[in-house]
Amino acid sequence: MLVQSLILAAIHAMVPLTVTATGEILSERAGVVNIGLEGILLISAFTAVIGAEAGGPLAGLMVGLLTGALLGLIHGIIAVYFRGDQTVSGVGLNILALGVVAIGIVDRWGAAGFHRVDRAFRVQPLSTPLGAMSPMVIVTILLAALTWYLLQHTNLGLKIQACGENPAAADAAGVRVERVRMFGAIYAGALTGLAGAYLSVDWLATITENLPAGRGFIALATVVFSRLNPWLAVVGGLIFGFFDALGLIASTSQELTRIIPYQFIQMMPYVVTLLVVAGVIGRFRSPSASGQAYRRE
Amino acid sequence: MDPRPVEQRELEALSRRERQRQLRGTFAGLAEIVVALVIGLFVGALVMDGAGYDWKLAYEGLLIGAFGDQWAIADTLASATPLILTGLVFGLSARAGYFNIGAQGQMIVGALAAVAVGAHVSAPPVMAVTLTFLAAALAGALWALPAALLKATRGVHEVISTIMFNWIAHYTALYMVFNVLNDPRSAERTVRVLPEARLGAIIPGADMTAAIFVAVGVALFMYWLLWHSPWGYEMRIAGLNPSALRYAGASPLWSVNLTFILAGIAAGIAGATQIIGRPPTYALYGDLSNVRNLGFDGIAVALIGRNHPLGIILAAIFIGAMGAGSRMMQIMAGVPLDMVRIVHGTVIIALAAPEVWSLLGKFLSRGRARREAASTAHSKTVQR
Repeated sequence: MLVQSLILAAIHAMVPLTVTATGEILSERAGVVNIGLEGILLISAFTAVIGAEAGGPLAGLMVGLLTGALLGLIHGIIAVYFRGDQTVSGVGLNILALGVVAIGIVDRWGAAGFHRVDRAFRVQPLSTPLGAMSPMVIVTILLAALTWYLLQHTNLGLKIQACGENPAAADAAGVRVERVRMFGAIYAGALTGLAGAYLSVDWLATITENLPAGRGFIALATVVFSRLNPWLAVVGGLIFGFFDALGLIASTSQELTRIIPYQFIQMMPYVVTLLVVAGVIGRFRSPSASGQAYRRE
Repeated sequence: MDPRPVEQRELEALSRRERQRQLRGTFAGLAEIVVALVIGLFVGALVMDGAGYDWKLAYEGLLIGAFGDQWAIADTLASATPLILTGLVFGLSARAGYFNIGAQGQMIVGALAAVAVGAHVSAPPVMAVTLTFLAAALAGALWALPAALLKATRGVHEVISTIMFNWIAHYTALYMVFNVLNDPRSAERTVRVLPEARLGAIIPGADMTAAIFVAVGVALFMYWLLWHSPWGYEMRIAGLNPSALRYAGASPLWSVNLTFILAGIAAGIAGATQIIGRPPTYALYGDLSNVRNLGFDGIAVALIGRNHPLGIILAAIFIGAMGAGSRMMQIMAGVPLDMVRIVHGTVIIALAAPEVWSLLGKFLSRGRARREAASTAHSKTVQR
């Protein structure tokens, strides 16, 4: 019984990590790195609640996706056309998000720091042999499959990889490097936005000032773990998600918190992320031109 | 006729030109920062206007709260104190080529060490303060070191590791506040540091203490270190060209460790300034609110200060002014404190793309050239 609910919780915790990581995998393959994923998760989680309360849960997910796409577009313009510093732009997004959402919650609902999403506006779960499961789990697997297919078996996928490995050669071969990279940045933003919406209008059913709680960065760790393969992002999401879920379940269990203080249980996902990134992965080579602006000679 | 040899004259001309170019670079850098700040304030005004606040009144309140009288100025400097230090964490690391966003965690651990030592070690006043700062610096450095080792030995990207260490520090602090350093008389904060470890307010009624001199001192030391010591030279080479460092025979492992240790020291001291250098509490709050976000604000400070220790002092005063002024902004215009964070974020995003301005300039001059070409062509046809 406990094992079953733990597995289910781990699957649910996997969704935001894997969806976010899948988008970022494509973007990094194309050469754009976005460390502002945490901020995109937070802002789109917030806008998704507004969307859901206006037009139902599906509208909420769409609003989240579009919000993420818009933020990805801004980051992409800075990275691709202005040849800006991608890391700095990402940090800016993260800080901006903290301000926007803190003010937004007060402005929208009059309460500081916290708003619960009513059951009527949440994504309805499917009933499965394991128990009630969010349909977003299926969407996650589909997105990973789609992204994998796109990268490995389509012409666009080939162009994307060329832009990340050697943009000058891609350019010489007639690939429009800027457009391909913009597609990557927007794709990552959109998927992260969808994941953010899942956090607020589905899984956690709430919006707070710091809802993602580092999941944007754990998603980045998942990207590293995956070696830019979407299927491995599913595996990584499950591993990291398992400890996230363990923390969430264990901190509500009285017997456990008597033995281990809840602060240490809640610390676990971060410790595990560190250990996994340090131990399992070791060194790995990312696309040679990833994170660098392309300047035509 | 100049009697000096031609070579010398040429050399002087060269160095003069070089100096002019440097000066122009500095001006362009300053202009970029000013433009980014204006964009940030503009977007802030737009957001406030959209949310139905009076943005003019809000900025007026911000200004009064930050610089209105001597107490306001003292509060601004008090808010700037930890930001100078957390700004140095990011700035110093960036100079050496690392994206160290672990100031928040290193500072929290420093604050814990300051409480532990300040509240339990009895000594003459100057001694007690020194000991507390040292303990905090040591704790910060030790907390920063694993990220450096993971980077050097396992290739773990410092953005991921430092963020994870921030969260681990956060929960460790929550545990310590309630279980180890807790005060039986108050549930919402730790024990207070002993009176001899406290720095008093310089102007009664304002938060500023001698901690500001400690922060500025650390900044000046880092400036000396970076530009006037062989260690700093190695660090800057590491940042500009890591392979050059290896060819020169220096060890990258040593370089990353040194950088993170120095950064951790600054972060630890930042934590201590919030405990022993900020009246009237002299303790760590249970919700960690007196160290909240200071590490992340340090990133903004460093980027605005162009990762230069002296620039960081100025930028910290600017960001500190926004922090100190935001309370008056809330009182006068009802705008939430977090408004300033929108401005910070926008400023940073604007700073991320310095080429916007040169691109814009090129675009405009291309337009002008085209117009001129068109007009000359036109005049030619007329002549004909």
